[in-house]
Amino acid sequence: MKDPSRREFLRGSAGAMLGASAFRGVFDNGHDGGGVVSPLHHRPRAKRVVFLCMAGGPSQLETLDYKPKLAAMDGKPMPASFTAGQPIAQLQGHKLRCLGPQAKFRRCGDSGQEISDYLPFLQGIADRICIVRSLKTTQINHDPAHTVMNTGTSISGRPSMGSWVQYALGSESSSLPGFVVMSSVGGRNPQPIAARQWAAGFLPSRFQGVEFYSHGDPVHYVTNSAGVGDAEQDDVVATIRALDRLEYERSRDPETLSRIAQYELARRMQDSIPELMNFADEPEHVRALYGVDRADGSFAANCLVARRLLERGVRFVQLYHRGWDHHGGLNKFMGVCSRLCDRPSAALVADLAQRGMLEDTLVVWGGEFGRTPMFQGNKGGAGRDHHIAGFSMWLAGGGVQGGLTHGATDELGYHAVEDVVEVHDLHATILYTLGIDHERLTIRAQGRDHRLTDVHGHVVHPILE
Amino acid sequence: MIPPVSRSRVVAALAVLTAAPIAAQRVSFSREIRPLLSDRCFLCHGPDASSREADLRLDRRADALEVLSPGIPDESELLRRVGASDPDERMPPTDAHRRPVSTEELGLLRRWIDQGAPYEGHWAYRPVVRPQVPAHEAARGPIDAFLGAAQAAASVRPMPLADDVTLVRRLSIDLCGLPPTPEDVATFVEDRRPDRYERLVDRLLASPRHAERMAVHWLDLVRFADTVGYHGDQEHHISPYRDYVLRAFRDNLPFDRFTREQLAGDLLPNPTVEQRTASGYNRVLQTSHEGGVQPKEYLAKYASDRVRNLGAVWLGATTGCAECHDHKFDPISQRDFYALAAFFADIEEKGDFKGAPNSSPTVRKPEIDVVTELDRERGGEPKPRRTMVTMARAEPRTVRVLPRGNWLDDSGEIVQPAAPHFLPQIRTEGRRADRLDLAAWLTSADNPLTARVFVNRIWNMLFGRGLSKVLDDLGAQGEPPTHPELLEWLAVEFIESGWDVRALLRRIVLSDAYRRASSADADSRDPDNRLFARQTRVRWPAEVVRDSALAISGLLVHRFGGPSVKPYQPAGYYAHLNFPKRRYKRDKGEALYRRSVYVHWQRQFLHPVLRAFDAPTREECVAKRVVSNSPAAALALLNAPEFVECARVFAARALREGGEDASSRVAWLWRQALSRDPSEEECELALDLVERHQVRYRDDPDAAAKLVATGAFAPAEGLDVAEHAAWTSVARVVLNLDEGLRRR
Repeated sequence: MKDPSRREFLRGSAGAMLGASAFRGVFDNGHDGGGVVSPLHHRPRAKRVVFLCMAGGPSQLETLDYKPKLAAMDGKPMPASFTAGQPIAQLQGHKLRCLGPQAKFRRCGDSGQEISDYLPFLQGIADRICIVRSLKTTQINHDPAHTVMNTGTSISGRPSMGSWVQYALGSESSSLPGFVVMSSVGGRNPQPIAARQWAAGFLPSRFQGVEFYSHGDPVHYVTNSAGVGDAEQDDVVATIRALDRLEYERSRDPETLSRIAQYELARRMQDSIPELMNFADEPEHVRALYGVDRADGSFAANCLVARRLLERGVRFVQLYHRGWDHHGGLNKFMGVCSRLCDRPSAALVADLAQRGMLEDTLVVWGGEFGRTPMFQGNKGGAGRDHHIAGFSMWLAGGGVQGGLTHGATDELGYHAVEDVVEVHDLHATILYTLGIDHERLTIRAQGRDHRLTDVHGHVVHPILE
Repeated sequence: MIPPVSRSRVVAALAVLTAAPIAAQRVSFSREIRPLLSDRCFLCHGPDASSREADLRLDRRADALEVLSPGIPDESELLRRVGASDPDERMPPTDAHRRPVSTEELGLLRRWIDQGAPYEGHWAYRPVVRPQVPAHEAARGPIDAFLGAAQAAASVRPMPLADDVTLVRRLSIDLCGLPPTPEDVATFVEDRRPDRYERLVDRLLASPRHAERMAVHWLDLVRFADTVGYHGDQEHHISPYRDYVLRAFRDNLPFDRFTREQLAGDLLPNPTVEQRTASGYNRVLQTSHEGGVQPKEYLAKYASDRVRNLGAVWLGATTGCAECHDHKFDPISQRDFYALAAFFADIEEKGDFKGAPNSSPTVRKPEIDVVTELDRERGGEPKPRRTMVTMARAEPRTVRVLPRGNWLDDSGEIVQPAAPHFLPQIRTEGRRADRLDLAAWLTSADNPLTARVFVNRIWNMLFGRGLSKVLDDLGAQGEPPTHPELLEWLAVEFIESGWDVRALLRRIVLSDAYRRASSADADSRDPDNRLFARQTRVRWPAEVVRDSALAISGLLVHRFGGPSVKPYQPAGYYAHLNFPKRRYKRDKGEALYRRSVYVHWQRQFLHPVLRAFDAPTREECVAKRVVSNSPAAALALLNAPEFVECARVFAARALREGGEDASSRVAWLWRQALSRDPSEEECELALDLVERHQVRYRDDPDAAAKLVATGAFAPAEGLDVAEHAAWTSVARVVLNLDEGLRRR
């Protein structure tokens, strides 16, 4: 190869050599749009989703589901008619007594939605959110309950909803992964959380959630090795590309082109991700809204990173805050968690709204389950045990009606009794807002067609605009 | 993402491949009709009574005759309904969300009914019977005769055999998971003896490296991992079980014994330590240390997990569906599910671990302290290791059918251990069947599934595609084999050889089919390579990617067996673990350079390099790994310290051993990594990079010093640092090339 122009040609940018047409196929299989649901099943309301995962299971009775009758029953035995035959977690074998609400509630906004004083910032956006008080799940321990909330089943190995959404819709970003997960630091002793919660299961692993970190590399191996500058890295990647192209000229194997494209994407991620984690370009009033200055791993910082991700075309973001498991010390720890999470959650909604992004961004807030109306007396004062028969979440944006309360639990807050929303229904609704019919989004694996909603799920139409 | 090939397209492709006039061709119920009925009809008209519509079932001929008039397609209600133009009439109905029956499929159904609408038992449940080997000229042996006959019938010419270098690379990595050294390549290429290929095969099969490669596959199946999987994901004691698996493959333990010792080693008379260690198979499932766990619920979860794994590993059956209801597509009833669960009801274990401290490793009694055979072989004074084993309770737990899988519901029938009702039964003359009976049943000559499942997976390992494509489901929703007689023949040979795994591997790799050249120019008539007229190009598994880099650079440390090792891992990766909090403490010295089969397997947070290359978390059985091509893999290979360390050590060797001039060093790198010399063009690209980076690194000696100090391996002495750094860049390039990551 004495011809320098050929060398330049081989080392030059990918598109230049292969032409747009040769590369379209690669990107269709990769990261440029190209989901399996095309065209969409119906008009979408949302283009992207941010799920604020309050891991551990926040108490609905101190946040979104006010139960005056439970206050009146405080300290009295829980009537057996409520609990007979129900699975019980840590309270197995204990006397079951009622614990009245440990918070003041007030009616907020024009809609008059009831929200507790633990969440003053949420109270301020009451008219933007829809409170669902009638959630139910099937698993009473954290790990399997998270797995249900993310994959629709407690059996390991199924794709998480973010992976499903990516598989369905593809990615809008050519320099960031389409599904990003972050978990915040701070607060009380956190529940563990498994990477299974954002795994792709039997979908190809490129659909799995990519975890971003606040310490060390923001994404694994995204930083050059010590002693390698950007110029050197560019040289190395360019030489790999040139050699892989020669290999392609010999083999004509499209997989080789696909690898070239993945190296290009990897190189772009090396530039775009550090930029994303740097808040220097955020105006003061925005940082003040969230109450954060830099990407320090706090829930507040992660909310701001989430908005930056969504703005850049990321499809699905999950933010975990893992301090909500209050078997004891409910009052103290509700205070701790709310202080860390309330303001940024509300800020994210407000910030999306002021950018005109809320209308096509679905925000979901909630835990893997709720908490018992019964007292649990672990160390540190009154607490509540895990509870699956009725709990609350809120949603905003993405075609969901603000200022609406949907569903209800019984008078003591044990069972969801009115407009019950199963986890499968929540999934069906999330997919619906994205323009996907949950019954038609399937993949064949292990001998049958699988769905996020298995054989269940009804779209909760009443909460949609 | 390759879109799933629609069955109708496959059917159409096969129709083109076969030359006889269509109307005259005999329709195969197993290959063409049953999959079609299963996919479109069985959900509502199949084995599960609870979801059956119109009281009609189509999985049994006697029942289906209600809508079939054999020989008279026009009078068959079935044909009328699937072909109806009125949407209210048409089957499957729109709200079933099944694909409509296509014109080709309608034609198939018509011909099948015209031919008398014969049913056949499902192919995989029929007894394994030795088929006739077809006469086919030029066939090296029976495998090539079976394949050659089908290729000839379709007028498809097979690819020629691959060249020597391709073959020695393919064989070395397929059988041992490591690329050949340049000396290995030269020895083979220069060998002029007529049996040189057989000699190479036998040398590789006899190597302990081969056992390490096979172990990875088995450990995926039995979901072997170092941690409990649920909630706090604490470590548990199990690594001696891996030694058992390694030794079994090294010593070519017959597969029936291998099966027996894992399922029931503890029940053998006077079990050896090895056999008790093997019974750790029953304990390596996911368990939970979570505080609020209800013991009864978790015992039910563990029972189901074991049935799913047994079904997937040995029976190629998706039993999981039958935990809550009769299987929708296969004849597995809910009762069958719990009768299988009853085999494991004697396993001593606790549903929860209350009272035990939140420790890692956690305590999962029963456990024993063992010195494994491999520990002993290494000599010295081996330290005993703790490992979970199976111990039988005097009184097995009562097992009931759980209505809808609900563990709170005690109203279901009590069941005894038994084989699924539609398969040959276990006879015990009234004695309660135990795990030994189960193992004997799995590997008896009249069990139709075990041998078929196993040989199909070995075929997949060597061709990148199974004879039946769906490796974990040989049921109705799987794919009938492309070459049923060949699969049958291999299964018979496997059983009659005394379940000799190595003989099976040897038989397949000695075929011409295995040795054929691969081609990316897929024959448009057979894009899915259903005729095996060429070899396939697949990306190597995660372990091969990492181990190859270690081997090529010279860092790889061979040590057979032993406890798990902890190589480099990004700081803070375990930050989400709790109860107790965990800090990853990486190993030092040789442990950093061991093969990946020994890498600590944290189910919830699998090592990011392995994960980037699609290694499974081993929460559930994985028979076929997904293969993706992702930026995460590119980032890992470019930047992870293990690969950069390999590159700088590789570069140092090139400077010392690769000759005096730059071109000969480039050639040396290529031969080590890719088993060939670079072309002139490739060499120029490499030299260009060296020249430019030498200049750069001379200007920035600090950067050069950092680069060549990556990793814990001793720094190279006596080399010019800038030169070493520049060559490290080239070595990184070589380790990242597509060619080195893929099978040819």
